[in-house]
Amino acid sequence: MINFRIDGRSAAPPYLQIVQQVRQALRMGVLDVGDQLPTVREVVAATAVNPNTVLKAYRDLEREGLVHARAGHGTFVLSRPPGPPPGTHSRLGRSLARWVREARAAGLDDESIESLLRLTLQAAPEEEIA
Amino acid sequence: MTAPAVPERHPTAAVIQTRGLVKQFRRVTALSDCDVTVPEGRICALIGPNGAGKTTLLRLLSGLARPTAGEMRVLDGPPRQDPVFLSEVGYLAQEIPLYRRFTAEEHISIGAHLNRRWDPTSVRDRLTSLHIPLDRAAGSLSGGQRAQLALSLTLAKKPRLVLLDEPVAALDPLARRHFLATMADAVAADGITVVLSSHLLADLERVVDYLILLSASQVQLCGDIDTLLAEHRVLVGPRKDPAAIAKTHTIVQAVHTARQTTLLVRGNAPVIDPAWESSEAGLEEMVLAYMGQDASPEISHLTTVGDEQ
Repeated sequence: MINFRIDGRSAAPPYLQIVQQVRQALRMGVLDVGDQLPTVREVVAATAVNPNTVLKAYRDLEREGLVHARAGHGTFVLSRPPGPPPGTHSRLGRSLARWVREARAAGLDDESIESLLRLTLQAAPEEEIA
Repeated sequence: MTAPAVPERHPTAAVIQTRGLVKQFRRVTALSDCDVTVPEGRICALIGPNGAGKTTLLRLLSGLARPTAGEMRVLDGPPRQDPVFLSEVGYLAQEIPLYRRFTAEEHISIGAHLNRRWDPTSVRDRLTSLHIPLDRAAGSLSGGQRAQLALSLTLAKKPRLVLLDEPVAALDPLARRHFLATMADAVAADGITVVLSSHLLADLERVVDYLILLSASQVQLCGDIDTLLAEHRVLVGPRKDPAAIAKTHTIVQAVHTARQTTLLVRGNAPVIDPAWESSEAGLEEMVLAYMGQDASPEISHLTTVGDEQ
């Protein structure tokens, strides 16, 4: 089971935050096929968001084919979003963390690191990376 | 307990519908020409500055006051002082109606005598889960605990519509969150409809999906929040007369500085002049624009939506 965090100051509306957090949990392997999502009442009780917001998020996820609502039972994970298996993210995350440590040691602040990453993404078109 | 699956939302009937509602106290007009619609299953914020007519509207809807003119339909007919109507509408006044010397348990027993339907277990479960003692006088509880007790008692009569007058204004942030979660849970569990008034929107933003905006006794906006936001835009450009924009859009608010003009407009027509940079309006931005001095009175008749729902 996962917990949702709703940030009132985020630019993303609450329903999108729920959708993104489910997708992220699937990518990271926190949620797997067959797992149950929290019920609407559980989410509402924990976050005080509007129940219709949760319904909208779950319907979006269902339309994407990621989850499936079984009447009277709850909402369950049907498949993972397309992309590499969960281990890939944590492996790349670890090597990125090493690189960030190196960058900080070299005197780069967070803003410079972010702009360097953006520039690198722009400079290398997708085919070249793949 | 098995979890409920995701039900599909069907377009639902209006739980509240008013037309040309007027309330006058001697020579003071508290509410003027008020048309609002609230569909079933919504959590509706009733927003407006102090003295805008929020309490008056809630008292009319609950049947505690009678309108000077106009029509109202609440649930299945006009609000009235009969047992059926009163059992289906829960009204929580701003001064929390509790007996200071009575405990929660005693309030639960009183409720059992006064109500047609009564669910004492729900009150005990909720208060216990929030560590609110059932055996202490209500007067010795904290403000947040008293508000929870009053809300739980209101919900225990299993109403279809709950009207809450400034319920969170006096609560600290944590008590506010708990109060709103209890309210939203009742909506999720039983599909009830809630209208809650506040002079602040920020606390309610995540929990409400419908809005009635009152200002100076008039309804400025009424509708589904996502729909209202999609109909409004903010335009920023070099200082100029917005007359050209006014031909295709309703200008709700115009703010001019020496160099720059910022408009909040209603309408989805494309803005052709490239001098204007167009962006989405935020909820608070939209509400403040309507409450602000620049909102012209002649646009208020354009601003009620939701009649089609």
